[in-house]
Amino acid sequence: MKISIGPIQYFWPRKQVFDFYDKMRDSAADIFYLGETVCSKRRELKLEDWLEIAERLSDSGKEVVLSTLTLLEAESEQGVLKRIVTNGRYKVEANDMAAVRLLTANSGHLQNPAFVAGHSINIYNGQTLNYLAARGASRWVVPAEHDQKAITALQQARPDGMETELLVFGRLPLAFSARCFSARAARRPKDDCGFVCRQDAGGKTLMTQDHNPFLVLNGIQIQSAATQNLLWHADEISEMGIDIARISPQIEGMQKIIATARGIFDGELGKESGLSAISRFQAHGGCDGYWRKTAGMDAMEPNRLIG
Amino acid sequence: MDIVISDILNVPLSPMELVCPAGNLPALRAAIDNGADAVYIGFRNNTNARNFPGLNFSANEVASGVAYAGERGKKVFLAINTYPYPHYWQESIETIDTAADLGVDVMILADIGLMEYASTHHPYLRLHLSVQGSATNRHAIDFYYRNFGIKRAVVPRVLSLTQVRRLIKASPVEIEVFGYGSLCVMVEGRCSLSSYVTGKSPNSAGVCSPAEAVRWVEGSNSRDVYLNNVLINRYHEGEPAAYPTLCKGRFEVDGEVFHSLEEPASLNVLEILPQLVRSGAAAIKVEGRQRSRAYVARVTRTLRAALDTCLQDPERFQASQEWVAALNEMSEGTCHTLGAYDRPWQ
Repeated sequence: MKISIGPIQYFWPRKQVFDFYDKMRDSAADIFYLGETVCSKRRELKLEDWLEIAERLSDSGKEVVLSTLTLLEAESEQGVLKRIVTNGRYKVEANDMAAVRLLTANSGHLQNPAFVAGHSINIYNGQTLNYLAARGASRWVVPAEHDQKAITALQQARPDGMETELLVFGRLPLAFSARCFSARAARRPKDDCGFVCRQDAGGKTLMTQDHNPFLVLNGIQIQSAATQNLLWHADEISEMGIDIARISPQIEGMQKIIATARGIFDGELGKESGLSAISRFQAHGGCDGYWRKTAGMDAMEPNRLIG
Repeated sequence: MDIVISDILNVPLSPMELVCPAGNLPALRAAIDNGADAVYIGFRNNTNARNFPGLNFSANEVASGVAYAGERGKKVFLAINTYPYPHYWQESIETIDTAADLGVDVMILADIGLMEYASTHHPYLRLHLSVQGSATNRHAIDFYYRNFGIKRAVVPRVLSLTQVRRLIKASPVEIEVFGYGSLCVMVEGRCSLSSYVTGKSPNSAGVCSPAEAVRWVEGSNSRDVYLNNVLINRYHEGEPAAYPTLCKGRFEVDGEVFHSLEEPASLNVLEILPQLVRSGAAAIKVEGRQRSRAYVARVTRTLRAALDTCLQDPERFQASQEWVAALNEMSEGTCHTLGAYDRPWQ
């Protein structure tokens, strides 16, 4: 099992991003997804900065993938997209069909570059997976709401050479909008957002009126407040032939979370002790409902998932 | 709202289709009788994004609907716009075959696998990309155009009017925009909020915030509404209550309770109708296959009148009080918004 670190979902200051990846260089993670995938207004890092980070991680023996924006509306966003797609060195994670279109520009005799179909590319059946594979997709990230049975069926249908990647630890990306929810919460218009989302390194928690943490507002993205934690199901995940276990970046505990996932997948760490050691890094508890084909927010073993 | 030169100059207008919803045969007839150019419907199974109990069409009903529309020079669009998991694949392609045999004018699809199936097995069938396909830019639309020959894309309710205009200019195919009805605040096809809470989503099961997961609890001075045990909203005495769609609930952020995601208002483009007509949008779509025949009839009649007036003389177009009142009455929360078309909303 390879371990990947998904793209940073939050708006972190430039220095924090550089520091984060510097610390990751000697972690047990194998693959890093780099780039801004949520909001095109977040420009703390330019493509050149991401490429610099990519270079350093590559030098440390890590695989690097450049991730693209999930919601593309303006022409300027498509310019950046083109530069990422044609970077010529690193594999690209397509998070919108615009990226897929640009990555599959060649038809016929020319070979398209291999790419990763991100979680927001809706792959729900083997026909779709095979269609994209024939056009260069070499890896797909399982969409948030798939259950174990559906993933198993898709594993059986996947073509040779297709890798499957699954979010095993992190807040679920649940929705994207034109509206910026962070700006709305701060009573600011999106066009004058003041980059309020930078104040929340882990997003802004939305509670129900009976005070239960429910969702997290992260700019135009909505995440689950609970952390999806599928490490309890590590044996099944391995047996199903999932190739890559994704961890979504967060401020707290990344080294420990990565080491725990590595230990559990390698069979060197007991799930019970491993998961209780990292349960404090799940700010609002854990969930694994999607995996078990129930409400995504549900947790089968609250004591085990939450600790 | 910004003004562009094409709004002022006398550019010839292309007719804009009025596309209306129907959840059953009486609603389809009502839409046609009241001026719809096309009606969109779904089969009574797992293949469409409005899979509510008691709603949608059997094969016989589709046949009747196609005949009724055809005799009056109108069209029937069939939506198969869920993303089928492997165990629903067979049902989905059989539905495509059936619909093609029944002579529907258009198939509205979202899934890439189904697009491939329809375009290879029914090459003469006109395909539209569903709003569930999440295509918000020219490259995404171009993917479906190049690979499957789609003729039109329905765009998610996330673009501003300026962005819609630019997209129409750059798009290789026709663009259909939403004009009236419930406002989806998220990019359609990329929202799993409903399945996070209930296990069922528009993508997988064709439902959002399903009724079977809703529970009302009467308190001493409030009515609480839960979606699968998550408190979505709390209404105080005298407050009108709307259907508890998850994204239109009231939640607490930074200690304040408010509609943190979206108010329960309806999208209504009446006041920007001339700009939409000028933009070259091929069609304007009304949301609401789950609505009653009476609702469909009234909304269709009102929008037909508005559209006809607008097409005659867009320069002097003014939304009449009668239309505004009629549409507001039918609105969720009896108020309306321009949604993402209006930049400050975003």
